[in-house]
Amino acid sequence: MEDKAIRIINLHKSFGMQKVLDGVDLEVEKGKITVIIGKSGGGKSVLLKHLIGLIKPDKGSIWINGIEITKLKEKELNEIRIKFGMLFQEAALFDSMDVFDNIAFPLREHTKKAEKEIEKIVENKLKQVGLLRFGDKMPAELSGGMRKRVGLARALALDPETILFDEPTSALDPIISLTILELIKETQTDLNKTYVVISHDLMGMFRIADKVAFLSEGKIIEYGTPYEIRKSKNEVTMEFLNATKIPGFSGGEL
Amino acid sequence: MINVLLKPLENIVREFGRISMMLTESIYLAFVPPFKLSYIFKQMEFIGVRSVFVIILTGAFTGMVLALQSYYGFKKFGSEGLVGATVALSMTRELGPVLTSLMVSGRAGSAMAAELGTMRVTEQIDALTAMALNPIKYLVTPRIIAAFLVLPVLTVISDFIGIIGGYLVGVKLLGINEGAYIDKMIKFVELNDIYNGLVKSAVFGVILSIVSCYKGFYAKGGAEGVGRATTEAVVASSVTILVTDYILTSFMF
Repeated sequence: MEDKAIRIINLHKSFGMQKVLDGVDLEVEKGKITVIIGKSGGGKSVLLKHLIGLIKPDKGSIWINGIEITKLKEKELNEIRIKFGMLFQEAALFDSMDVFDNIAFPLREHTKKAEKEIEKIVENKLKQVGLLRFGDKMPAELSGGMRKRVGLARALALDPETILFDEPTSALDPIISLTILELIKETQTDLNKTYVVISHDLMGMFRIADKVAFLSEGKIIEYGTPYEIRKSKNEVTMEFLNATKIPGFSGGEL
Repeated sequence: MINVLLKPLENIVREFGRISMMLTESIYLAFVPPFKLSYIFKQMEFIGVRSVFVIILTGAFTGMVLALQSYYGFKKFGSEGLVGATVALSMTRELGPVLTSLMVSGRAGSAMAAELGTMRVTEQIDALTAMALNPIKYLVTPRIIAAFLVLPVLTVISDFIGIIGGYLVGVKLLGINEGAYIDKMIKFVELNDIYNGLVKSAVFGVILSIVSCYKGFYAKGGAEGVGRATTEAVVASSVTILVTDYILTSFMF
């Protein structure tokens, strides 16, 4: 049995002259939270979008549960995508639908469940993210943090094996950030899913990560537990750590 | 120098190729289940029902001004009775379909580009793909089918209102003999004139929807990009409609 949910091997991607990924190698363990840290504009989102085939690599391969997805056709890729949930940076809720329909959407499209059953699932997901009475609100009426919670509920709707998070705490105040992080941790622990999170919020991520990978100059330069990363002697990592360090604050448990 | 001239041409050819590919895909996807009838109805309501008022206004004033203009021309050689036929022929063969399509592309085409553009820059299109759903099937196909079905209906309304407008100006305002007006109109306008106009309008519906969807679908660069996509959608679909109009007309009549 494969214990790695995702294997990324020597992944390259350029946009025009700009090299974004320059040989990324990374293995994501099943049932764990793996956080990919890196500078803004350093290719984290591009890496994440490769994992569900939203972007095709120039070179290299990605294996998901032992299947090489970089060679798949759109139809076969969709069979893989269905096992994934994704929380986009700005949540990417469909703004023509209310919160309830947003969460129900993947269920209506991909399952033959009766409307009653769908209603139950959506309510359950809304409860999970603490927004039980918000079903009839439109996305435009919600705050950034609420939108992300709805986005998480939608990502959880089909009970996917793996969920990808694109900067889940960006543009949120520290208190809302913390609720989102706790929600991520809670849902992951409860459901024992594989989570891949990309972020530049190092301190926040130390709270939830099982493994941290450091993406710099298009490569993974460090990989380890949060504890190992914090003890790192790598120059780039240390620079990143020092920049986010607040005197007297250790930044979560070791 | 040659490069400066060739570059825009190359871009036009490339865009034309991409738009044709998107059109082929969206037509193909129209025949692949699941069929999203409610999506089509929603778009028909948006493109069609909500355009009726503006189409009535455009049709009425076009018919009226046609009657006015042709009256002064025909009066010079005493054949005012032909005004009715002129208005009806111009409306059904040419102005009904073309003006309707141009108005709809300004009203609904711009909205399609803006909506899809916003969905692109806020990653909603990526979200559809990530959910293993084909965004072209969900966003583009229903709009094309709706425009294809609805434009001929709007054109009929425009033709009808234009003829009424022409009649009111010609007979009631300018005092042309009612019998001659209607008699000449019936004599000169054939059913084929109307049919061909309707075929044209269906083609224009496909053009304005695919061009607008394409521009929105591939918008990039935030709010500015969406704005640019919207403008380009209206300009490109209007120009394409006029060029296609010439080509179709030269084949049809």
